Amino acid sequence: MIPSAFTYHRPSSVQEAVGLLAKLGDDGRAIAGGHSLIPMMKLRLATPGHLVDLAGIADLKGIRSDGNDIVIGAMTTQHDVVCSDLLAGKIPLLRETALLIADPQVRYMGTLGGNVANGDPGNDMPAVMLCLNATYHVTGKGGGRRIAAREFYQGAYFTAMEGGDVLTAVRIPVPPAGHGAAYEKLKRKVGDFATAAAAVILTIGGGKVSSCSIGLTNVAETPLWAEEAAKILTGSSLDAATVKRAIAAAEAITSPASDARGPAHYRTKMAGVMLMRALARAKANAR
Amino acid sequence: MAKSHVTIKVNGKTVEELVEPRTLLIHFLREQLSLTGPHIGCETSHCGACTVDLDGKSVKSCTIFAVQANGADIRTIEGMANPDGTLHALQEGFRQMHGLQCGFCTPGMITRAYRLLQENKNPSEEEIRHGISGNLCRCTGYQNIVKAIQYAAAKLNGVPFQEAAE
Repeated sequence: MIPSAFTYHRPSSVQEAVGLLAKLGDDGRAIAGGHSLIPMMKLRLATPGHLVDLAGIADLKGIRSDGNDIVIGAMTTQHDVVCSDLLAGKIPLLRETALLIADPQVRYMGTLGGNVANGDPGNDMPAVMLCLNATYHVTGKGGGRRIAAREFYQGAYFTAMEGGDVLTAVRIPVPPAGHGAAYEKLKRKVGDFATAAAAVILTIGGGKVSSCSIGLTNVAETPLWAEEAAKILTGSSLDAATVKRAIAAAEAITSPASDARGPAHYRTKMAGVMLMRALARAKANAR
Repeated sequence: MAKSHVTIKVNGKTVEELVEPRTLLIHFLREQLSLTGPHIGCETSHCGACTVDLDGKSVKSCTIFAVQANGADIRTIEGMANPDGTLHALQEGFRQMHGLQCGFCTPGMITRAYRLLQENKNPSEEEIRHGISGNLCRCTGYQNIVKAIQYAAAKLNGVPFQEAAE
């Protein structure tokens, strides 16, 4: 499987990359870890005339604290996320999620920025970013701007990014100490996309849920933020009846496709099961 | 299409070559450098038979272009044996523990296990299985591959290998 021919560019700054992409228009494509794009190119489902490789831009790598936020450079790999002590301490949900993405080899190459920017509803990090209320830093012809993850996803492979834009970083507000979180993913085998998956973060005070946020993966054209389900749970003790109502609210916003992973109604129900498990585990690891 | 000039260190030797940008690293290694140890199994980033070590990462060489590896330091199965020509502990382990049958996945398995043991000198069975989850074997059922890696870890750590009871 040999991709169609292209010209390779390796800019050393974001400005240079954005300039190149603006000049190349629809014929240019940014490449990060390449583990979504190169398979598409091998199948000739993508045939860019020019590849703009972001790997040479040092500014796009690394994980740092910035006030009450963690800022992760777009070219930070899933392997880097898994190995980060800073993230393990502040947002362990990210490590847990990264470990469920693909396999070790893919995690060495696949990047956080590529995972969230590609708009593939099967990717795991977008729902986690909705859950954590992340913000994406995007640079384009007109300069830099910030887009809330919850406003970023418009359809399968359609996002708030425009031609020539480069996603440079992901900014995540550090969850309160003592929070509980979990990502539960049902998949057929290692390396598979989710049949359904759920991300949960919550805080508990006096035996009641004081805050809660929920994201769902691969059960619609976009990742889903299950706002209503989280509202139902807030203030409750996560008793069985309330959890049941919240799961019904989460299932109600799904609209999965029937595919090799199962018929639509099954995937909707599995989203509910994943949410139930994630809630139980998040509760157990909250302090 | 214009070719690009790449300089890549492969198994300790620096090579300078011209490549088409669309040339995948696996084709570059096999066809331009005649390193046929890394295998083409699925060609869809799943099976891991093409795994090579690139700048301290295990990489599926069917899913990276050779131009992206410009300046990199790569090790393939051909560079795995000890400098005196004796087998690397992993190669010895696969031989002693019967870690292969048809052998097609073995170069990728060993190259991946090499990086795993660099990062984790004494992995548990579970860590080994998770660590090689990007490499498929259709013969062994993995049991003896896990043992082979445990054998190598013990040897590299200078401790006697204790085969777990089944």
